[in-house]
Amino acid sequence: MPLLEARNVHGGYGGMNILNGVDMVIDADEIGVIVGPNGAGKSTMLKAIFGLLTVSQGDILLRGEPIHNLPPNKLVQKGMGFIPQEKNVFPSLSVKENLEMGAFLKPHNTQRMLKTIYGFFPPLYDKRRQPAGELSGGQRQMVAMGRALMAEPELLLLDEPTAGLSPLYMNEIFERVKEINAAGVGILMVEQNAKQALAIADKGFVLAAGQNRFTDTGAALLADPEVAKSFLGG
Amino acid sequence: MNELVFFINNVVVAGSVTGSIYAIGAVGVTLVFSIMRFAHFAHADMMTFGAFMVLLLTAAFPGVGSVVGLPTPVVMLPLAMVLTALLAVGIDKAFYKPLRAHGVKPIVIVIGSLGVTLMLQGLIRLFAGTSGQNLYMAGERKEIYRLALPFDGVRAPIVITEPQIILLVLTIACVVGLHLFLNRSRLGKAMRAMSDNPDLARASGINTNTIVAVTWVIVGGLAAIAGTLLSLDVTFKPDLSFFLLLPIFAAAIVGGVGHPYGAIAGGFVVGFAETLAVFNWAVLLRPFRDSLPDWLAKAGNLAFVGTEYKIVVPFFILVAILVWRPTGIFKGKVI
Repeated sequence: MPLLEARNVHGGYGGMNILNGVDMVIDADEIGVIVGPNGAGKSTMLKAIFGLLTVSQGDILLRGEPIHNLPPNKLVQKGMGFIPQEKNVFPSLSVKENLEMGAFLKPHNTQRMLKTIYGFFPPLYDKRRQPAGELSGGQRQMVAMGRALMAEPELLLLDEPTAGLSPLYMNEIFERVKEINAAGVGILMVEQNAKQALAIADKGFVLAAGQNRFTDTGAALLADPEVAKSFLGG
Repeated sequence: MNELVFFINNVVVAGSVTGSIYAIGAVGVTLVFSIMRFAHFAHADMMTFGAFMVLLLTAAFPGVGSVVGLPTPVVMLPLAMVLTALLAVGIDKAFYKPLRAHGVKPIVIVIGSLGVTLMLQGLIRLFAGTSGQNLYMAGERKEIYRLALPFDGVRAPIVITEPQIILLVLTIACVVGLHLFLNRSRLGKAMRAMSDNPDLARASGINTNTIVAVTWVIVGGLAAIAGTLLSLDVTFKPDLSFFLLLPIFAAAIVGGVGHPYGAIAGGFVVGFAETLAVFNWAVLLRPFRDSLPDWLAKAGNLAFVGTEYKIVVPFFILVAILVWRPTGIFKGKVI
Protein backbone atom coordinates (compact mmCIF):
# COMPACT_ATOMS: atom_id res chain seq x y z
CA MET A 1 0.00 0.00 0.00
CA PRO A 2 1.48 3.40 -0.93
CA LEU A 3 2.26 5.87 1.87
CA LEU A 4 0.43 8.69 0.14
CA GLU A 5 -1.96 8.48 -2.75
CA ALA A 6 -3.77 11.42 -4.33
CA ARG A 7 -6.35 10.77 -7.02
CA ASN A 8 -7.79 13.45 -9.27
CA VAL A 9 -7.53 16.20 -6.65
CA HIS A 10 -9.42 19.42 -7.33
CA GLY A 11 -9.35 22.39 -5.00
CA GLY A 12 -8.45 26.02 -4.44
CA TYR A 13 -9.23 29.13 -2.46
CA GLY A 14 -12.68 30.70 -2.20
CA GLY A 15 -14.33 28.92 -5.11
CA MET A 16 -11.45 29.53 -7.49
CA ASN A 17 -9.94 26.21 -8.53
CA ILE A 18 -6.18 26.01 -8.72
CA LEU A 19 -5.87 22.23 -8.77
CA ASN A 20 -7.68 20.62 -11.68
CA GLY A 21 -7.09 16.93 -11.15
CA VAL A 22 -3.70 16.06 -9.69
CA ASP A 23 -2.55 12.45 -9.16
CA MET A 24 0.34 11.42 -6.94
CA VAL A 25 1.65 8.20 -5.42
CA ILE A 26 4.51 8.05 -2.92
CA ASP A 27 5.80 4.89 -1.28
CA ALA A 28 7.06 4.74 2.26
CA ASP A 29 10.78 5.07 1.54
CA GLU A 30 10.57 7.52 -1.34
CA ILE A 31 11.37 11.15 -2.02
CA GLY A 32 8.76 12.81 -4.20
CA VAL A 33 9.48 16.20 -5.76
CA ILE A 34 6.90 18.56 -7.25
CA VAL A 35 8.26 21.00 -9.83
CA GLY A 36 6.66 23.27 -12.37
CA PRO A 37 6.27 26.91 -13.38
CA ASN A 38 4.94 29.61 -11.06
CA GLY A 39 1.22 29.34 -10.51
CA ALA A 40 1.14 25.66 -11.44
CA GLY A 41 -0.40 24.78 -8.07
CA LYS A 42 2.69 23.16 -6.50
CA SER A 43 2.37 24.70 -3.02
CA THR A 44 -1.41 24.53 -3.29
CA MET A 45 -1.19 20.75 -3.74
CA LEU A 46 0.96 20.46 -0.62
CA LYS A 47 -1.53 22.57 1.34
CA ALA A 48 -4.41 20.49 0.04
CA ILE A 49 -2.70 17.33 1.32
CA PHE A 50 -2.13 18.97 4.73
CA GLY A 51 -5.75 20.04 5.08
CA LEU A 52 -5.06 23.77 4.74
CA LEU A 53 -7.52 24.26 1.92
CA THR A 54 -10.74 22.58 0.87
CA VAL A 55 -10.50 19.69 -1.54
CA SER A 56 -13.65 19.94 -3.65
CA GLN A 57 -13.20 16.71 -5.60
CA GLY A 58 -10.92 13.67 -5.57
CA ASP A 59 -9.33 11.53 -2.86
CA ILE A 60 -6.24 11.82 -0.72
CA LEU A 61 -5.25 8.65 1.12
CA LEU A 62 -2.59 8.16 3.78
CA ARG A 63 -1.75 4.44 3.98
CA GLY A 64 -5.08 3.75 2.30
CA GLU A 65 -7.08 5.86 4.76
CA PRO A 66 -8.94 8.86 3.33
CA ILE A 67 -7.62 12.08 4.90
CA HIS A 68 -8.83 14.92 2.70
CA ASN A 69 -10.32 17.82 4.61
CA LEU A 70 -9.07 16.58 7.99
CA PRO A 71 -7.70 19.48 10.09
CA PRO A 72 -3.89 19.75 10.39
CA ASN A 73 -3.73 18.72 14.05
CA LYS A 74 -5.45 15.41 13.18
CA LEU A 75 -2.99 14.86 10.32
CA VAL A 76 -0.03 15.42 12.64
CA GLN A 77 -1.50 12.71 14.86
CA LYS A 78 -1.70 10.43 11.84
CA GLY A 79 2.00 10.87 11.14
CA MET A 80 2.22 13.78 8.75
CA GLY A 81 4.55 16.75 9.16
CA PHE A 82 4.46 20.03 7.24
CA ILE A 83 7.09 22.73 6.84
CA PRO A 84 5.68 25.90 5.26
CA GLN A 85 7.88 27.99 2.99
CA GLU A 86 7.57 31.20 4.97
CA LYS A 87 6.99 31.90 8.62
CA ASN A 88 8.08 28.40 9.52
CA VAL A 89 9.41 29.14 13.02
CA PHE A 90 7.96 30.76 16.16
CA PRO A 91 10.17 33.88 16.20
CA SER A 92 9.84 34.84 19.87
CA LEU A 93 10.21 31.28 21.18
CA SER A 94 13.68 29.91 21.82
CA VAL A 95 15.06 27.23 19.49
CA LYS A 96 14.42 24.60 22.17
CA GLU A 97 10.83 25.78 22.67
CA ASN A 98 10.28 25.68 18.89
CA LEU A 99 11.37 22.05 18.87
CA GLU A 100 9.22 21.26 21.91
CA MET A 101 6.16 22.58 20.07
CA GLY A 102 6.84 20.02 17.35
CA ALA A 103 6.35 17.27 19.93
CA PHE A 104 3.25 18.92 21.40
CA LEU A 105 1.10 15.85 20.77
CA LYS A 106 3.77 13.44 22.04
CA PRO A 107 5.17 15.16 25.13
CA HIS A 108 6.68 11.95 26.52
CA ASN A 109 8.94 11.84 23.44
CA THR A 110 10.31 15.34 23.91
CA GLN A 111 13.58 14.61 25.71
CA ARG A 112 14.54 11.67 23.49
CA MET A 113 13.69 13.52 20.28
CA LEU A 114 15.48 16.71 21.41
CA LYS A 115 18.69 14.65 21.70
CA THR A 116 18.12 13.16 18.24
CA ILE A 117 17.48 16.55 16.63
CA TYR A 118 20.47 18.20 18.34
CA GLY A 119 22.58 15.29 17.06
CA PHE A 120 21.21 15.80 13.56
CA PHE A 121 21.57 19.61 13.55
CA PRO A 122 24.45 20.40 15.95
CA PRO A 123 24.20 24.21 15.42
CA LEU A 124 20.74 24.12 17.00
CA TYR A 125 22.17 22.80 20.27
CA ASP A 126 24.51 25.80 20.56
CA LYS A 127 21.64 28.20 19.84
CA ARG A 128 18.97 26.39 21.85
CA ARG A 129 18.30 29.33 24.19
CA GLN A 130 18.24 31.97 21.45
CA PRO A 131 14.91 33.19 20.01
CA ALA A 132 14.41 31.53 16.61
CA GLY A 133 13.62 34.92 15.06
CA GLU A 134 17.26 35.97 15.54
CA LEU A 135 18.72 33.09 13.51
CA SER A 136 19.97 33.17 9.91
CA GLY A 137 17.78 31.81 7.11
CA GLY A 138 19.59 28.48 6.92
CA GLN A 139 19.50 27.93 10.66
CA ARG A 140 15.83 28.84 10.69
CA GLN A 141 15.20 26.18 8.06
CA MET A 142 16.96 23.71 10.38
CA VAL A 143 14.69 24.74 13.25
CA ALA A 144 11.68 24.30 10.97
CA MET A 145 12.81 20.83 9.90
CA GLY A 146 13.68 19.91 13.47
CA ARG A 147 10.29 21.04 14.71
CA ALA A 148 8.49 18.88 12.13
CA LEU A 149 10.72 15.87 12.87
CA MET A 150 10.05 16.08 16.63
CA ALA A 151 6.68 14.42 16.05
CA GLU A 152 8.41 11.49 14.28
CA PRO A 153 6.35 11.78 11.09
CA GLU A 154 6.07 9.03 8.49
CA LEU A 155 5.58 11.58 5.74
CA LEU A 156 7.18 15.01 5.68
CA LEU A 157 5.86 17.76 3.39
CA LEU A 158 8.35 20.54 2.58
CA ASP A 159 7.36 23.70 0.74
CA GLU A 160 10.40 25.12 -1.06
CA PRO A 161 12.89 24.43 1.72
CA THR A 162 15.77 26.09 -0.14
CA ALA A 163 13.99 29.30 -1.17
CA GLY A 164 16.19 32.30 -0.51
CA LEU A 165 19.13 30.28 0.83
CA SER A 166 22.74 30.60 -0.30
CA PRO A 167 24.05 27.70 -2.50
CA LEU A 168 26.06 26.43 0.47
CA TYR A 169 22.99 26.05 2.69
CA MET A 170 20.99 24.76 -0.28
CA ASN A 171 23.28 21.76 -0.69
CA GLU A 172 23.21 21.19 3.06
CA ILE A 173 19.39 21.14 3.07
CA PHE A 174 19.26 18.67 0.15
CA GLU A 175 21.76 16.45 1.97
CA ARG A 176 19.62 16.62 5.11
CA VAL A 177 16.49 15.72 3.19
CA LYS A 178 18.29 12.63 1.83
CA GLU A 179 19.41 11.68 5.36
CA ILE A 180 15.91 12.12 6.79
CA ASN A 181 14.57 9.93 4.00
CA ALA A 182 17.28 7.33 4.64
CA ALA A 183 16.06 7.20 8.25
CA GLY A 184 12.70 5.96 6.93
CA VAL A 185 10.63 9.14 6.48
CA GLY A 186 8.73 9.58 3.23
CA ILE A 187 9.28 13.01 1.67
CA LEU A 188 7.16 15.15 -0.59
CA MET A 189 8.65 18.52 -1.44
CA VAL A 190 7.99 21.42 -3.71
CA GLU A 191 11.15 22.91 -5.24
CA GLN A 192 12.16 25.81 -7.46
CA ASN A 193 15.67 24.41 -7.89
CA ALA A 194 14.24 21.68 -10.08
CA LYS A 195 17.44 20.08 -11.38
CA GLN A 196 18.98 19.59 -7.95
CA ALA A 197 15.72 18.41 -6.46
CA LEU A 198 14.96 15.91 -9.23
CA ALA A 199 18.48 14.54 -8.84
CA ILE A 200 17.58 13.23 -5.38
CA ALA A 201 13.95 12.36 -6.25
CA ASP A 202 12.59 8.83 -6.54
CA LYS A 203 9.48 10.29 -8.10
CA GLY A 204 9.05 13.60 -9.85
CA PHE A 205 5.81 15.36 -10.63
CA VAL A 206 5.84 18.18 -13.15
CA LEU A 207 2.68 20.24 -12.66
CA ALA A 208 1.32 22.86 -15.02
CA ALA A 209 -2.00 24.70 -14.69
CA GLY A 210 -3.06 22.49 -11.81
CA GLN A 211 -2.58 19.18 -13.63
CA ASN A 212 0.13 16.53 -13.95
CA ARG A 213 2.17 17.25 -17.09
CA PHE A 214 4.88 14.63 -16.57
CA THR A 215 5.18 11.96 -13.89
CA ASP A 216 8.18 9.66 -13.74
CA THR A 217 11.30 8.88 -11.72
CA GLY A 218 13.51 11.88 -11.00
CA ALA A 219 16.29 10.57 -13.22
CA ALA A 220 13.95 9.88 -16.15
CA LEU A 221 12.48 13.40 -15.96
CA LEU A 222 15.95 14.93 -15.91
CA ALA A 223 16.85 12.91 -19.01
CA ASP A 224 13.64 13.73 -20.88
CA PRO A 225 14.47 16.43 -23.46
CA GLU A 226 10.90 17.69 -23.52
CA VAL A 227 10.84 18.28 -19.74
CA ALA A 228 14.23 19.91 -19.94
CA LYS A 229 13.13 22.23 -22.71
CA SER A 230 9.87 23.40 -21.15
CA PHE A 231 10.51 23.27 -17.43
CA LEU A 232 14.20 23.07 -16.55
CA GLY A 233 15.41 26.01 -18.57
CA GLY A 234 17.04 24.03 -21.40
CA MET B 1 9.19 64.28 57.23
CA ASN B 2 5.46 64.39 57.73
CA GLU B 3 5.20 65.62 54.17
CA LEU B 4 7.19 62.63 52.98
CA VAL B 5 4.85 60.26 54.81
CA PHE B 6 1.96 62.07 53.17
CA PHE B 7 3.65 61.46 49.81
CA ILE B 8 4.15 57.75 50.59
CA ASN B 9 0.53 57.33 51.62
CA ASN B 10 -0.93 59.23 48.69
CA VAL B 11 1.44 58.28 45.91
CA VAL B 12 3.51 55.20 46.73
CA VAL B 13 0.74 53.19 48.37
CA ALA B 14 -2.14 54.52 46.27
CA GLY B 15 -0.13 54.25 43.05
CA SER B 16 0.90 50.65 43.76
CA VAL B 17 -2.71 49.74 44.50
CA THR B 18 -4.13 51.38 41.36
CA GLY B 19 -1.17 50.14 39.33
CA SER B 20 -1.69 46.54 40.47
CA ILE B 21 -5.35 46.57 39.48
CA TYR B 22 -4.59 48.11 36.07
CA ALA B 23 -1.72 45.68 35.58
CA ILE B 24 -3.81 42.56 36.19
CA GLY B 25 -6.59 43.99 34.02
CA ALA B 26 -4.21 44.90 31.20
CA VAL B 27 -2.65 41.42 31.24
CA GLY B 28 -6.11 40.01 30.47
CA VAL B 29 -6.66 42.41 27.57
CA THR B 30 -3.23 41.68 26.17
CA LEU B 31 -3.64 37.88 26.43
CA VAL B 32 -6.96 37.98 24.57
CA PHE B 33 -5.38 40.16 21.90
CA SER B 34 -2.32 38.00 21.44
CA ILE B 35 -4.35 34.80 21.02
CA MET B 36 -7.50 36.04 19.27
CA ARG B 37 -6.32 39.34 17.76
CA PHE B 38 -9.14 41.57 18.92
CA ALA B 39 -9.55 44.27 21.54
CA HIS B 40 -11.84 42.80 24.17
CA PHE B 41 -13.98 45.68 25.46
CA ALA B 42 -15.98 43.46 27.80
CA HIS B 43 -12.89 42.71 29.89
CA ALA B 44 -13.65 45.35 32.51
CA ASP B 45 -17.12 43.88 32.91
CA MET B 46 -15.66 40.45 33.49
CA MET B 47 -13.78 42.13 36.33
CA THR B 48 -17.06 43.56 37.66
CA PHE B 49 -18.70 40.17 37.23
CA GLY B 50 -15.95 38.52 39.32
CA ALA B 51 -16.51 41.06 42.10
CA PHE B 52 -20.27 40.52 41.80
CA MET B 53 -19.80 36.76 42.27
CA VAL B 54 -17.78 37.50 45.40
CA LEU B 55 -20.58 39.79 46.59
CA LEU B 56 -23.17 37.04 46.12
CA LEU B 57 -21.04 34.35 47.72
CA THR B 58 -20.16 36.57 50.68
CA ALA B 59 -23.83 37.37 51.21
CA ALA B 60 -24.66 33.66 50.98
CA PHE B 61 -21.96 32.48 53.38
CA PRO B 62 -21.24 35.34 55.77
CA GLY B 63 -18.64 34.87 58.44
CA VAL B 64 -16.76 32.05 56.70
CA GLY B 65 -13.66 34.21 56.68
CA SER B 66 -13.35 34.32 60.43
CA VAL B 67 -12.63 30.56 60.40
CA VAL B 68 -9.39 31.09 58.47
CA GLY B 69 -8.65 34.62 59.67
CA LEU B 70 -9.13 36.37 56.33
CA PRO B 71 -11.97 38.63 55.14
CA THR B 72 -14.82 36.46 53.79
CA PRO B 73 -14.67 38.05 50.27
CA VAL B 74 -11.02 36.96 49.95
CA VAL B 75 -11.94 33.40 50.96
CA MET B 76 -14.67 33.41 48.30
CA LEU B 77 -12.31 34.71 45.62
CA PRO B 78 -11.11 31.30 44.30
CA LEU B 79 -14.70 30.20 43.74
CA ALA B 80 -15.54 33.51 42.05
CA MET B 81 -12.48 33.02 39.81
CA VAL B 82 -13.80 29.64 38.70
CA LEU B 83 -17.26 31.09 38.00
CA THR B 84 -15.81 34.04 36.06
CA ALA B 85 -13.58 31.68 34.07
CA LEU B 86 -16.68 29.64 33.18
CA LEU B 87 -18.47 32.84 32.17
CA ALA B 88 -15.52 33.84 29.97
CA VAL B 89 -15.43 30.45 28.24
CA GLY B 90 -19.23 30.55 27.85
CA ILE B 91 -19.25 34.06 26.38
CA ASP B 92 -16.59 33.01 23.89
CA LYS B 93 -18.58 29.92 22.88
CA ALA B 94 -21.83 31.88 22.54
CA PHE B 95 -20.66 35.11 20.91
CA TYR B 96 -17.05 35.29 19.75
CA LYS B 97 -16.52 31.77 18.45
CA PRO B 98 -19.37 31.92 15.89
CA LEU B 99 -17.99 35.26 14.67
CA ARG B 100 -14.49 33.80 14.34
CA ALA B 101 -15.90 30.79 12.50
CA HIS B 102 -17.41 33.17 9.95
CA GLY B 103 -13.99 34.71 9.46
CA VAL B 104 -15.20 38.24 10.19
CA LYS B 105 -12.82 41.19 10.53
CA PRO B 106 -11.55 41.82 14.09
CA ILE B 107 -13.54 45.06 14.35
CA VAL B 108 -16.77 43.05 14.16
CA ILE B 109 -15.74 41.01 17.20
CA VAL B 110 -14.71 44.22 18.97
CA ILE B 111 -18.21 45.62 18.45
CA GLY B 112 -19.59 42.27 19.58
CA SER B 113 -17.62 42.60 22.80
CA LEU B 114 -19.13 46.06 23.27
CA GLY B 115 -22.53 44.37 23.17
CA VAL B 116 -21.36 41.84 25.74
CA THR B 117 -20.29 44.78 27.93
CA LEU B 118 -23.77 46.27 27.97
CA MET B 119 -25.36 42.87 28.46
CA LEU B 120 -23.17 41.93 31.42
CA GLN B 121 -23.68 45.32 33.00
CA GLY B 122 -27.44 45.08 32.64
CA LEU B 123 -27.40 41.60 34.10
CA ILE B 124 -25.41 42.70 37.13
CA ARG B 125 -27.67 45.75 37.65
CA LEU B 126 -30.70 43.52 37.49
CA PHE B 127 -29.53 41.57 40.53
CA ALA B 128 -27.30 43.97 42.42
CA GLY B 129 -29.12 47.26 41.85
CA THR B 130 -27.37 50.42 40.77
CA SER B 131 -25.92 51.64 44.05
CA GLY B 132 -22.52 50.90 45.49
CA GLN B 133 -22.20 48.03 47.97
CA ASN B 134 -19.57 47.16 50.49
CA LEU B 135 -18.01 43.72 50.18
CA TYR B 136 -17.30 43.79 53.91
CA MET B 137 -20.52 42.70 55.54
CA ALA B 138 -21.87 40.84 58.56
CA GLY B 139 -19.76 42.71 61.07
CA GLU B 140 -16.46 42.29 59.25
CA ARG B 141 -14.49 45.46 58.86
CA LYS B 142 -11.55 46.71 56.89
CA GLU B 143 -8.44 46.35 59.00
CA ILE B 144 -6.36 49.53 58.81
CA TYR B 145 -2.68 49.37 59.74
CA ARG B 146 -0.92 52.51 60.92
CA LEU B 147 2.84 52.14 60.92
CA ALA B 148 4.37 54.89 63.07
CA LEU B 149 7.88 55.82 61.99
CA PRO B 150 10.57 55.97 64.67
CA PHE B 151 11.81 59.45 63.80
CA ASP B 152 11.62 62.61 65.89
CA GLY B 153 8.91 65.00 64.83
CA VAL B 154 7.11 62.49 62.61
CA ARG B 155 3.54 62.36 63.77
CA ALA B 156 1.85 60.96 60.68
CA PRO B 157 1.94 57.17 60.30
CA ILE B 158 2.12 55.24 57.05
CA VAL B 159 -1.42 53.97 56.49
CA ILE B 160 -2.18 50.78 54.61
CA THR B 161 -5.35 48.71 54.72
CA GLU B 162 -5.76 44.96 54.81
CA PRO B 163 -7.24 44.67 51.28
CA GLN B 164 -4.36 46.75 49.95
CA ILE B 165 -1.82 44.33 51.43
CA ILE B 166 -3.77 41.35 50.05
CA LEU B 167 -3.90 43.09 46.68
CA LEU B 168 -0.15 43.63 46.54
CA VAL B 169 0.58 40.05 47.62
CA LEU B 170 -1.86 38.61 45.08
CA THR B 171 -0.48 40.80 42.30
CA ILE B 172 3.02 39.47 42.92
CA ALA B 173 1.61 35.93 43.02
CA CYS B 174 -0.24 36.47 39.71
CA VAL B 175 2.82 37.87 37.96
CA VAL B 176 5.10 35.06 39.17
CA GLY B 177 2.45 32.43 38.41
CA LEU B 178 1.83 33.79 34.91
CA HIS B 179 5.55 33.94 34.21
CA LEU B 180 6.05 30.32 35.25
CA PHE B 181 3.00 29.20 33.30
CA LEU B 182 4.04 30.94 30.06
CA ASN B 183 7.68 29.86 30.21
CA ARG B 184 7.65 26.45 31.86
CA SER B 185 4.37 24.70 31.09
CA ARG B 186 3.53 22.95 27.84
CA LEU B 187 0.23 24.83 27.45
CA GLY B 188 1.83 28.17 28.29
CA LYS B 189 4.48 27.69 25.62
CA ALA B 190 1.77 26.65 23.17
CA MET B 191 -0.04 29.91 23.98
CA ARG B 192 3.08 31.89 23.14
CA ALA B 193 3.52 29.80 20.00
CA MET B 194 -0.04 30.53 18.90
CA SER B 195 0.47 34.23 19.60
CA ASP B 196 3.62 34.13 17.41
CA ASN B 197 2.23 32.17 14.49
CA PRO B 198 -1.22 30.56 14.67
CA ASP B 199 -0.87 28.69 11.35
CA LEU B 200 2.38 27.06 12.37
CA ALA B 201 0.90 26.22 15.78
CA ARG B 202 -1.88 24.35 13.98
CA ALA B 203 0.66 22.66 11.69
CA SER B 204 2.53 21.50 14.81
CA GLY B 205 -0.56 19.67 16.02
CA ILE B 206 -1.56 22.24 18.63
CA ASN B 207 -5.33 22.31 18.98
CA THR B 208 -6.00 26.02 18.82
CA ASN B 209 -9.52 25.65 20.27
CA THR B 210 -7.98 24.27 23.45
CA ILE B 211 -5.56 27.19 23.62
CA VAL B 212 -8.40 29.66 23.18
CA ALA B 213 -10.33 28.01 26.04
CA VAL B 214 -7.25 27.99 28.30
CA THR B 215 -6.73 31.68 27.53
CA TRP B 216 -10.30 32.51 28.57
CA VAL B 217 -9.93 30.54 31.80
CA ILE B 218 -6.81 32.52 32.71
CA VAL B 219 -8.32 35.82 31.58
CA GLY B 220 -11.52 35.17 33.56
CA GLY B 221 -9.62 34.18 36.69
CA LEU B 222 -7.38 37.24 36.54
CA ALA B 223 -10.38 39.50 35.88
CA ALA B 224 -12.11 38.17 39.00
CA ILE B 225 -9.02 38.88 41.10
CA ALA B 226 -8.62 42.43 39.84
CA GLY B 227 -12.33 43.27 40.09
CA THR B 228 -12.69 41.86 43.59
CA LEU B 229 -9.61 43.56 44.95
CA LEU B 230 -10.69 46.88 43.52
CA SER B 231 -14.15 46.46 45.08
CA LEU B 232 -12.57 45.55 48.40
CA ASP B 233 -10.39 48.62 48.32
CA VAL B 234 -13.30 50.93 47.51
CA THR B 235 -16.82 49.56 47.03
CA PHE B 236 -18.61 47.35 44.52
CA LYS B 237 -20.50 49.19 41.78
CA PRO B 238 -22.19 47.71 38.69
CA ASP B 239 -20.62 50.39 36.50
CA LEU B 240 -17.06 49.95 37.79
CA SER B 241 -16.04 48.96 34.29
CA PHE B 242 -16.52 52.44 32.84
CA PHE B 243 -13.78 53.70 35.14
CA LEU B 244 -11.55 50.72 34.37
CA LEU B 245 -11.83 50.21 30.64
CA LEU B 246 -9.84 53.24 29.53
CA PRO B 247 -6.97 52.83 32.03
CA ILE B 248 -6.50 49.11 31.34
CA PHE B 249 -6.49 49.63 27.57
CA ALA B 250 -4.08 52.51 28.02
CA ALA B 251 -1.90 50.22 30.16
CA ALA B 252 -1.97 47.39 27.61
CA ILE B 253 -1.07 49.78 24.77
CA VAL B 254 1.62 51.58 26.78
CA GLY B 255 3.23 48.22 27.50
CA GLY B 256 2.95 47.03 23.91
CA VAL B 257 -0.13 44.99 23.03
CA GLY B 258 0.51 41.26 23.16
CA HIS B 259 3.25 41.50 25.78
CA PRO B 260 2.13 40.28 29.23
CA TYR B 261 5.17 41.84 30.93
CA GLY B 262 4.60 45.06 29.03
CA ALA B 263 1.00 45.11 30.28
CA ILE B 264 2.21 44.80 33.87
CA ALA B 265 4.71 47.62 33.40
CA GLY B 266 2.06 49.66 31.57
CA GLY B 267 -0.39 49.11 34.43
CA PHE B 268 2.01 50.60 36.93
CA VAL B 269 2.98 53.46 34.59
CA VAL B 270 -0.67 54.45 34.19
CA GLY B 271 -1.47 53.86 37.88
CA PHE B 272 1.38 56.04 39.09
CA ALA B 273 0.80 58.67 36.43
CA GLU B 274 -2.77 58.95 37.66
CA THR B 275 -1.86 59.28 41.34
CA LEU B 276 1.00 61.69 40.64
CA ALA B 277 -1.28 63.87 38.53
CA VAL B 278 -3.88 64.28 41.26
CA PHE B 279 -1.31 64.59 44.07
CA ASN B 280 -1.22 67.95 45.77
CA TRP B 281 2.40 68.99 45.27
CA ALA B 282 1.92 72.01 47.53
CA VAL B 283 2.33 69.66 50.48
CA LEU B 284 5.81 68.65 49.43
CA LEU B 285 6.79 72.29 48.95
CA ARG B 286 5.67 73.31 52.42
CA PRO B 287 9.04 72.70 54.18
CA PHE B 288 10.73 75.04 51.67
CA ARG B 289 8.08 77.71 52.09
CA ASP B 290 10.50 80.44 53.13
CA SER B 291 12.76 80.21 50.09
CA LEU B 292 9.99 80.04 47.50
CA PRO B 293 8.47 82.93 45.59
CA ASP B 294 5.25 84.18 47.08
CA TRP B 295 2.86 82.90 44.39
CA LEU B 296 4.22 79.36 44.81
CA ALA B 297 4.40 79.35 48.60
CA LYS B 298 0.86 80.58 49.04
CA ALA B 299 -0.76 78.15 46.60
CA GLY B 300 -3.02 75.78 48.49
CA ASN B 301 -3.45 73.15 45.84
CA LEU B 302 -0.82 72.35 43.25
CA ALA B 303 -2.24 69.18 41.68
CA PHE B 304 -1.97 68.84 37.90
CA VAL B 305 -5.61 67.83 37.61
CA GLY B 306 -8.45 67.65 40.09
CA THR B 307 -9.37 64.23 41.46
CA GLU B 308 -12.70 64.33 39.67
CA TYR B 309 -10.84 64.54 36.34
CA LYS B 310 -8.53 61.62 37.10
CA ILE B 311 -9.78 59.70 34.07
CA VAL B 312 -8.22 62.36 31.83
CA VAL B 313 -4.75 61.08 32.70
CA PRO B 314 -4.96 57.58 31.15
CA PHE B 315 -6.78 59.13 28.21
CA PHE B 316 -3.95 61.57 27.70
CA ILE B 317 -1.36 58.79 28.02
CA LEU B 318 -3.31 56.66 25.54
CA VAL B 319 -3.43 59.41 22.93
CA ALA B 320 0.19 60.38 23.49
CA ILE B 321 1.47 56.82 23.15
CA LEU B 322 -0.64 56.18 20.04
CA VAL B 323 0.77 59.29 18.42
CA TRP B 324 4.42 58.95 19.40
CA ARG B 325 5.04 55.27 19.96
CA PRO B 326 2.06 53.15 18.85
CA THR B 327 3.89 49.88 19.51
CA GLY B 328 4.35 50.69 23.20
CA ILE B 329 7.37 50.20 25.45
CA PHE B 330 7.92 46.55 24.51
CA LYS B 331 7.22 46.84 20.77
CA GLY B 332 3.84 45.17 20.66
CA LYS B 333 1.40 44.89 17.80
CA VAL B 334 -0.65 47.86 16.69
CA ILE B 335 -4.33 47.33 17.46
